[in-house]
Order: sequence, then structure tokens, then C-alpha cells
Amino acid sequence: MSHHIVEAIDLYYTYPDGTVGLNGVSFRITHGESVALIGENGAGKSTLLLHMNGYLSATRGGIRIGDYLVSPNILNTVRRSVGMVFQNSDDQLFMPTVFEDVAFGPMNLGLEREELNNKVMQALETVDAAHLKNRPPYRLSHGEKRSVAIATVLAMSPDILVMDEPTSSLDPMSRARLIKLLKTFHHTKIIATHDLDMAMDLCERAIVLHQGRITGDGPIIKLLQDEELLHRSRLEKPLRMQGCPICGSSIN
Amino acid sequence: MNNITKNYMDIRYMDIMASGDSLLHRLDPRAKLITTLLFIVAVISFDRYTILAFIPFFIYPIVLISAGGLPAGYLLKKILWVSPFAVLVGIFNPVMDREIIYHIGSIGISGGWISFFSILMRFLLTVSAALILIALTGFNAVCQALTRLGVPRPFVVQLLFFYRYIFVLVDEAERMEMARSLRSFNSRSMDFRTFISIIGHLLLRSLDRAERIYLAMRSRGFDGNIRMIKTIKLGWKDLTFVAGWAILFIVFRMNNIPMRLGDIVMEVF
Repeated sequence: MSHHIVEAIDLYYTYPDGTVGLNGVSFRITHGESVALIGENGAGKSTLLLHMNGYLSATRGGIRIGDYLVSPNILNTVRRSVGMVFQNSDDQLFMPTVFEDVAFGPMNLGLEREELNNKVMQALETVDAAHLKNRPPYRLSHGEKRSVAIATVLAMSPDILVMDEPTSSLDPMSRARLIKLLKTFHHTKIIATHDLDMAMDLCERAIVLHQGRITGDGPIIKLLQDEELLHRSRLEKPLRMQGCPICGSSIN
Repeated sequence: MNNITKNYMDIRYMDIMASGDSLLHRLDPRAKLITTLLFIVAVISFDRYTILAFIPFFIYPIVLISAGGLPAGYLLKKILWVSPFAVLVGIFNPVMDREIIYHIGSIGISGGWISFFSILMRFLLTVSAALILIALTGFNAVCQALTRLGVPRPFVVQLLFFYRYIFVLVDEAERMEMARSLRSFNSRSMDFRTFISIIGHLLLRSLDRAERIYLAMRSRGFDGNIRMIKTIKLGWKDLTFVAGWAILFIVFRMNNIPMRLGDIVMEVF
């Protein structure tokens, strides 16, 4: 199924104020892959994500989702197949109740009554949040908000899930739950994150960004062992690959 | 907790009250909205020297508060909190209008004082009716009622978004104010320049946020129309509620009942 493919072709992006966001990025992510997008603050991770749903359009080069090159006249198709989970769930949950929020997308696609109800409840049950359906989003905890935000995206039945820091501001238990949940998804997943342990749990592949360029692309285990690369890209080994503070031994 | 926090926690409390389950809570929001509007129109349509004729109108808030199980003390506190506005509106009446209208014993009462108290009564009645509406219905349901009654969608959507993000905005303002007060040791209030800067930052952040929300909406197929789930149904209970109160309001409006009662009592003796 070719519509699950994400391909960046020599992507350049410069912000209106002259800041360089992306400086020639190329990669190809195929169906069902889970890819972690890692890099220091300002490396260009979010800029790259915003290209995937056509919010930003490249200064040069382009991005291909499935068979289409992302361009203004196919934005609706692209946004249907690419589900984006924002870093701040408050930006994503804007309707009065959780149910209405999850229903927002499907309603725009023309779903009604029974069908709408099924779709919404199914999405909420997937993220284990069916009991929250009548609550206003602002009274949820961060973990609950994140789950509901994911449900709003799932309700659109996207082919590709794009997530910006999904584990940020979650407590350890909520984080573990989220990782478990994301493992069950068979979508193509692209996760921008600083949480390298989570990235190791969820992704087989990683793309390392540094100053708008790709400095590493390959199996995540291999990349995260390459200390020279990590240092050069202003990153650090995931905690579980670092030495044990008590016995002083390291696992590798 | 400072003042902003306390007050907006209170708004949330109103929402919690609205999730109660009484006969009144279950009524169609449209019925409650229309009744409230009728009540307000009836109350403000009296002439400026009215005081006595307002007394029967207190039946409405009293009945709704007791039947809806609302905390009367809490609502009263909310009303007092906004009362300075009403006092400001009427405070000059006694000065401007010194013509004596009534005499109680040998003390003459000027029209200004009467109209001042009239304003306070109106304020008490209308604000309590509005608060009761929100406490029994919930803000979102009131908005839903507004759409169903034909208020243009853009206005209602503005209200909904306002209500959704006021909490987020207040949170943000709160954090900035905390950051400021932690670094300005002796001065309790902020100077004008800091205030301008904080307001400016809030504005910029809100614009950024608005952009992200718009992106989130577009990502989910937003095309300029907000579709809302239609779940409200007008039944005979709702119609009875509206009609019953409407008749009562008309009776109260047309007849000055306390005056009549007074007349009857005078005739008997």
C-alpha cells in the first residue's frame, strides 16, 4: 500500500525571519515503519513535522505522502491520511466536551448519528478514555488529555501518525501506558522526541537531525551507540544505556 | 492562591453545578434560556421608580434555586461580587434627583433614592436569573440553545472558544504574574511598563496558540463550519415550563400585586 509512504526529497525551509529550518533533508519512510526523529532543540524536528501535513511548504524540494507531492491543492487528502498529535494537547482539544472533540473530525468528513457515535466511541476505547466522554477537556489531567488528543486523530482513520513529543509532561505511569498503547498501532509512525528511551521502545529506525541536516539515519540501536555522532549532534545516550549509578557498570 | 485563580475556579464550579441532575437540569436549555430572557425583559421594562412591584418576581429565583438544589449562599456571593457595577450606575441618582416623592412619617424620600433602589432590585433579579441559568444549564448548553434559536454561528463559536480558552489564558497570565512577583521583592503591585510587557507577551502567545489551534482544526477537516451534535429535544415539560413562567411574569408585570394586597388589607380594616 503505497499511501503509507513518506518521502522527503531534498527539503529546504527558511523561516520568514531568515532562520534556517531545514537544510537539505531527504529520507524515505515506508509502510508500517516506526521512525524516531531525534535532535537537539531547534534542530528542525518540528519544522519537518509541519511539512508533513502541509502547514509549512518547502522553500525548495518537497515531501511526498503516498503517491502525492504535498501541495496546496491536495491538502485535504494529505491531512486526512496524516494524523498529527501536537506537543501541547490544549491546542488540540478545543471543543466543549471530549466526545464532541473526538467527533469534530469525523463530522467534518460527513459522518452522522450511529456511524459517528461508533467511530468516536471506538477511538475513545482504543485509548482507554471512553469514561471521559462527557468531561470538558480542560478538566482532564495531562495524561488523559494526551490520550484524548490521540483519539481525536485516530477517529480520522489516518494512515500515518505524526507525533511531536508524545511523552512530554507525562508522569512515569502515564508515559508507560502511552508507550504500551502506541506499540499496538500498526500505522506508519513518525515520532519527534527527546525521550530516547521511549524512542528505543517504539522505533526500529531513527533519523538524527542537527542544524537542519540529517546526520544519521539507520537502526536506532546502532545510532544510539555511536557516541561520536551523538556528541556531534548534541545528544546523549538514552539513560538505560548509561552506566548504573550504584554498581557503576554499563550494559554495553 | 491569588484573586484571579479564585475567581476562575468559581467559573468551573458553576459548570460542576450544571452537571447536577434535577427536573430543572434536565429541561431543554432553550426553554430555560427563553424563560430567563422573558424574566429579564419583564423586570427591566418597569419604570424607574418601581420598587414594590418587583417583590413578586423574587419567586422565580427562589423557586429555581430550591428546586434545582443550587447553593443560594454561593450565588448570592457571586452577585455581591459584581454589585459594585450596579451601585456605580445608580449612585448619583440621589444627588441628581432630589424631588420628594414619598413620605414615611415625616421623612421625605426623594425620587433619586427610589430609582437607586430600583436599580439595585433590577440588578439583583436579572443577575441572579442569569447565574441560575448558567448553573442549571452549563455554558456550553446555553450556547447550543443560542444556535438552535437562530443566533448566527460565528457569535456562538466565539463564545464557545472564549469559554474554552479563558482558562488556558488565565493559567498563562497567572504563571507570568507569579514569575514577576517572585522576582520583584518588595513591590507588591507591578509598574506600568511591566504590565504592558506582560500583556504584550500574553497577546503574542495567544496569537501563536490561535495559529496552532487553527492548524489542529484544519488537520481534522475544518471548513469554516463548526458542526455540533444535536441532542436537545423540546418536550411538553419544557413548553409547560416556559408557558407557566411567562403567564406569571405577565401577571406580575400588569398588576402591582403588593399594592393590590395593600389595598385589600386597607378595605378590610
